[in-house]
Amino acid sequence: MDHIQMARAMFGTNMAVHIIFATIGVGLPMMMLAAELMYQRTKDLQYVVMAKRWTKTLGVLLGVGIPTGTIAGVQLSLLWPGFMEVIGRVMALPFQIEIYAFMIEALFMSIYVYAAEKIKPWARVVSLFFVAFGAMASAVLISNVHAFEGTPAGFRFENGEIVDVDPWAAFFNPSFLVTAGHTALTAYTTGAFVVAAVAAYKMLRNKFGTTEFNFHQKALKLSIVLGLVFSFLTALNGHATTQHLYREQPEKLAAAEGLFETKDHAGLTLFGYTDREAQEVKYGIEFPWVLSFLSGNSFDTVVTGLNDFPEEYWPPLYVHILFNAMVIIGSGLIALALFALVWNKWLKKDTYPRWVLWLFVAAGPLSVISIECGWIFACTGRQPWTIYRMLSTADSVTSYENLGFLFTMFILVYIILCVSVVFTLLYYFKRHSVMDDIYIAEQKDERLFDSNS
Amino acid sequence: MSDALLAITLVWGFIFLYAIMASMDFGAGFWAMTYIKKEETNATKIANSYLSPTWEVTNTFVVGLVIAIYSLFPGAVFTIGVALIVPASLILVLLCIRSAFLVFSHSVEKYEKALTYISGLTGLIIPGLLISVLPITHLGFVEGMRGNEELNLFKLFTSPNEYAFMGFGILSTLFLSSLLLSDYSKQADEMKAYKIYRRDAMITGPLMLVMAMMVMITLKSEANWLYEGMMKNSALLLVSLVFFIISGVALYLPYFSKREVKGMPRIAVIAIIIQYLVGSYVYGIAHLPYIIYPNVTILSGFTDPTSFRAVFATYIVGFAILVPGFYYFWSIFMKDQRRKFKRRQMTN
Repeated sequence: MDHIQMARAMFGTNMAVHIIFATIGVGLPMMMLAAELMYQRTKDLQYVVMAKRWTKTLGVLLGVGIPTGTIAGVQLSLLWPGFMEVIGRVMALPFQIEIYAFMIEALFMSIYVYAAEKIKPWARVVSLFFVAFGAMASAVLISNVHAFEGTPAGFRFENGEIVDVDPWAAFFNPSFLVTAGHTALTAYTTGAFVVAAVAAYKMLRNKFGTTEFNFHQKALKLSIVLGLVFSFLTALNGHATTQHLYREQPEKLAAAEGLFETKDHAGLTLFGYTDREAQEVKYGIEFPWVLSFLSGNSFDTVVTGLNDFPEEYWPPLYVHILFNAMVIIGSGLIALALFALVWNKWLKKDTYPRWVLWLFVAAGPLSVISIECGWIFACTGRQPWTIYRMLSTADSVTSYENLGFLFTMFILVYIILCVSVVFTLLYYFKRHSVMDDIYIAEQKDERLFDSNS
Repeated sequence: MSDALLAITLVWGFIFLYAIMASMDFGAGFWAMTYIKKEETNATKIANSYLSPTWEVTNTFVVGLVIAIYSLFPGAVFTIGVALIVPASLILVLLCIRSAFLVFSHSVEKYEKALTYISGLTGLIIPGLLISVLPITHLGFVEGMRGNEELNLFKLFTSPNEYAFMGFGILSTLFLSSLLLSDYSKQADEMKAYKIYRRDAMITGPLMLVMAMMVMITLKSEANWLYEGMMKNSALLLVSLVFFIISGVALYLPYFSKREVKGMPRIAVIAIIIQYLVGSYVYGIAHLPYIIYPNVTILSGFTDPTSFRAVFATYIVGFAILVPGFYYFWSIFMKDQRRKFKRRQMTN
């Protein structure tokens, strides 16, 4: 590995770990808020217990999310000083505002956790709202930097100097809304399906009709509804994102679809892998004309193929697999949630078949995998650029070359963190069962919440 | 004041705030480890209860500081990034493990002991590494042309100035935190812990001053430009010494209430913070115009004026919103902790 690849691998590993916790860290507050609102509607204490247990989970997950985020924030300048030089000059605002968003989240989280019993239920909802808002805003703002990397705006280069800087034009770059929206919606989807996975697993482990079974079924129902709404919105937004790619980063779209020749009536290929020599996707299933239609809402739309770009501008061709995995998992989630909703609401069944529950158990990890695929696709699909057509990855990287040792050290740390976070969650929830929490909630004078920050 | 000067003042302010917050955080970790066997004194409990709520803010502050530097001085990022990649990576790794175990130990009781040792050891190492950033910026060991710079680690680790700074950083951390903890335990009416921390402050304080002298002596031979600059403000250095003496007196002073306990730690804490404020101002003003000597100055690194105005505006708006919020929360939290302690004492 040369040192650019090493730096990419190093930063990529950090992101791959961080994004799991960051995504759930945005999705879970939304679920907590939903549970508190359900309590307002139904006055069923189990929803408060649910919110409490999710809060605890979030608290533990933040133990990895915040430190890995700290690493990400600092490592950007350590590994990509050339890139951060441009970002500092042009696109500093999102990072700045993100700090405040995070502080708002931390502040209201502390109020929610410390003062839960002392404040009125509506104040609890308000503080949770700000927790969720802060988390979502952080994600949106950071994704905005990613959006800027794909569709830079607000500056230009003149003789190697950055001129005509307009920080707000950079902030509101063309793909800000679709990209940031995609991050937020997929985080909500993932939050819902991760909760669904745990709930479904617990239902499989408990007898039908017990308090614990009912508790988890309530959680599952809540996450099915929200999961369906957000996965559907993700699909709509994904469509818009693809159209942006078509207009603004055509070689990324071409690589995602394995399209070499420019043509109208272009087909969409699912599965398979892109063969560079044969210039086609092997072992895929082609849906004729669909790509043209998706790109420009008409079958006549001409989609530019990779051959119209110099080969050194081509993204790696494996992004086809990543893009497919993301889209297929996303569609699967919609189908699963829709099926479960119909089963429950219209067929009026009082519980779900075991195989559906097992599918939900799988859906949690799959949604996280989909997030990972999406991010790797989005970032490797932009190669060889860090800022599209403005700044190359080679010009961004540090001149320090002995990254091997540092990389090993970071990998070790991530392994330690990931193992101990799983252990911590299992340990804690084994000793604090749902039944205990429900019992405590019913004995009003006991403290339901305790410090976990 | 020019924009660049305003910007570097902001950065200096952040670094100062972080240094104080982080010293207390890291030092508390070290003391918790030191007194883990002396359960009857509650010294460890006091330190741990101080530790838990601060880490999130302190951690975020690291990111905030880094963001402040690259958004205000993007031209310095390349050099800083290359110079600091090794020390900063080490800091990140240690910080990451420390914070994570701090969180996990709330949920898993058996991690508590491991946490105490992790946060104790990192509480010493991290400040030593953090303060090394200063010698890196002023000793001139960042070699090579722009785009190909590299920090000469051999020169750095054979420089007496580097070790003087490390010793100064570590002792300052221990001194500041023991002072603060003595104040904190006095507030919580934990007199045994108070006596221990007051004694620690009395020991680490003079040692810190000796290290500060060492810093100046080594500076004179290794970075004379900086030494000369600092000596221009020797009057201010004396002022900072006076505040050190005030805090010493405050620690030894008899306590005016009827209790058997001596010292006024609150005054000592305030005096010491002023001492550091003055001292770091003298260092900072002498360091100008260099960010990294001699590669980068505040003017060569400064951002685009339009960006500066936008960033500066977000600082003002952000602080206007956040400062009252945090003040409110902090006061709730301190009251809560004190109440908890009292309750725990009653049940004991």
